[in-house]
Amino acid sequence: MPEARATIGKKEAVPSGGGAVPAAVAVDAGPAPGKPRSLWSDAWHDLRRKPSFVIPALIILLLLVVAAFPGWFTSVSPRAADLTNNYLREPELTHFFSPEWLGYNQQGQSIWARMLYGTRASIVIGVAVTVLVTVLGSLVGMLAGYFGGWVDALLSRVIDIFLGIPFLLGAMVILVSFDTRTEWTVTFALAFLGWTTVARVMRGSVISIKQSDYVAAARSLGAGTSRILLRHVLPNAMAPVIVVAMIALGGYITAEAVLSFLGIGLSEPSISWGGDINRAQGQIRIAEHILLYPSILLSITILSFLMLGDAVRDALDPKLR
Amino acid sequence: MGRYVVRRLLQMIPVFIGSTFIIFMMMYALPGDPVRALWGERAPDEAQMAAIKADLGLDDPILLQYWNYLVGLVQGDFGTQIQSRREVIDVISDALPATLRLTALAFLITAVVGIGLGLLAGLRAGKKTDRGILFLSLLLISVPVFVIGYLYQTYPGVKWGWITPTVRDSENWGELLLPALALASLSLAYVMRLTRSTIVENRRADYMRTARAKGLPQRRVVGNHLLRNSLIPVVTFLGVDLGNLMAGAIVTEGIFNINGIGRTVYEALNAREGATVVGVVSFIIIVYLVIALLVDLLYAVLDPRIRYA
Repeated sequence: MPEARATIGKKEAVPSGGGAVPAAVAVDAGPAPGKPRSLWSDAWHDLRRKPSFVIPALIILLLLVVAAFPGWFTSVSPRAADLTNNYLREPELTHFFSPEWLGYNQQGQSIWARMLYGTRASIVIGVAVTVLVTVLGSLVGMLAGYFGGWVDALLSRVIDIFLGIPFLLGAMVILVSFDTRTEWTVTFALAFLGWTTVARVMRGSVISIKQSDYVAAARSLGAGTSRILLRHVLPNAMAPVIVVAMIALGGYITAEAVLSFLGIGLSEPSISWGGDINRAQGQIRIAEHILLYPSILLSITILSFLMLGDAVRDALDPKLR
Repeated sequence: MGRYVVRRLLQMIPVFIGSTFIIFMMMYALPGDPVRALWGERAPDEAQMAAIKADLGLDDPILLQYWNYLVGLVQGDFGTQIQSRREVIDVISDALPATLRLTALAFLITAVVGIGLGLLAGLRAGKKTDRGILFLSLLLISVPVFVIGYLYQTYPGVKWGWITPTVRDSENWGELLLPALALASLSLAYVMRLTRSTIVENRRADYMRTARAKGLPQRRVVGNHLLRNSLIPVVTFLGVDLGNLMAGAIVTEGIFNINGIGRTVYEALNAREGATVVGVVSFIIIVYLVIALLVDLLYAVLDPRIRYA
């Protein structure tokens, strides 16, 4: 099905895509309810053959598998601590994927195993915060943008207030009050302060869409407010929101790592890259590999999500090319 | 112009009250009693504890406490530390110079290097230089600031011995260079990308062709026409970012051992010193709001078509 559309749309997809999107979406929205087809299948057709999308997507897929089943890739427990494993010994990179191939940390735990098991925390927090922020931000942004007037004035002030709070400091203040901090505590803190960006984007997007002809047509056909919002406004306003959310995902993973690094993020016994990097600071002068390997994996993860977001943005908005 | 400024100042009031209220509520909802902590392991003297609480106003209802705090704030009183009995404003003004110097240096690096590299990439869009700069920016965004900080500290600082790894004297700009570079890295990357994309957008504008056709030298075409027209979104970002740099200094100051605002707030947070935390955050919020206003006024300088009624 994407193939047929692809061959027709290939030549003209770039020039006509940007302007024609809303109209085409409205006409096409018939069979799959609420799902604009042409925009997304065009984007998918574009993305499939771009290495800047395929490579990060494959890395993220692999990270998801590691996050779900870290035990598939190592035989030792990340918490097994054997102090006869000397952390000062230079890791030998020859034993690929054996527990000692990246060396041991100061507790005699396998760095490789801890990196694998730490993946889950970063991925879960990144994805969960993004989902929460997208839902909450879209809701607030849609109400503010669609109803305007005093609703907009009120919600916009609330957005301004939350934007005024410094993100990292605010998250620290929330998290200090919990003695044990799990993935969900950190998710709550980051989502509580992070939803404003999505809300602003959604508001702008809805304001431009509510003046379009197909919304006027739906209204004159007697559609109710909820139907207009869910069937017409929301699907068409979603594209920029999803792009912003995808790019922000990498930022949430960074934020979790920074908080854990400061000792205010995930607490023991949770395993996270940021926490391991925090505990490795003391040894940086004598054994920097303890700090370096989790940092490299953390950076690759953030980079992959960023590149994925960038690629999707380019595909959804041909004007930006 | 004057009326616009007054209107903007009035709009700031609810935002300021709302943000400080949220931080205040979160801070004072924390478990743990800092007054009780004054006695440590010893049994507290109940009467003395009650007297200290009454003196600091900690036994009032929370909303009244917030109201008193706000009234004090308007008069320039940021409250008193419980442990040391120091005025919070003194604590802030002791720590502020180091953070201001660090932030200023980081801001300078962000603006000069970011705009410079972004301009270079934009003018050579699609070429090797452009791709190199874009990749550098992605790298700077994806490596978290604490990793960059430790890399700078370990390699040029400890292993190669080019520069002192920690800051002993925050008035020495040379020692502040490494932490400022680390602090600036994320904003630097964003400024590069933003400058590049606006330059690419404006490069083919009609006024550029006109300027070239008039026979203006390349320097003038790029400097006066292209750059000035492309800077508005960059200036917006730089303005918002100044507040983020101050808040982000918390990590950099820890790694490089600088006694600034970030260290102060981090220690206060762990000691449950509510007044200090709320004071520092309120201060950063004020900085953030004032800069946002200044940025808006700066638009008119960059683009004379923008006027404020």
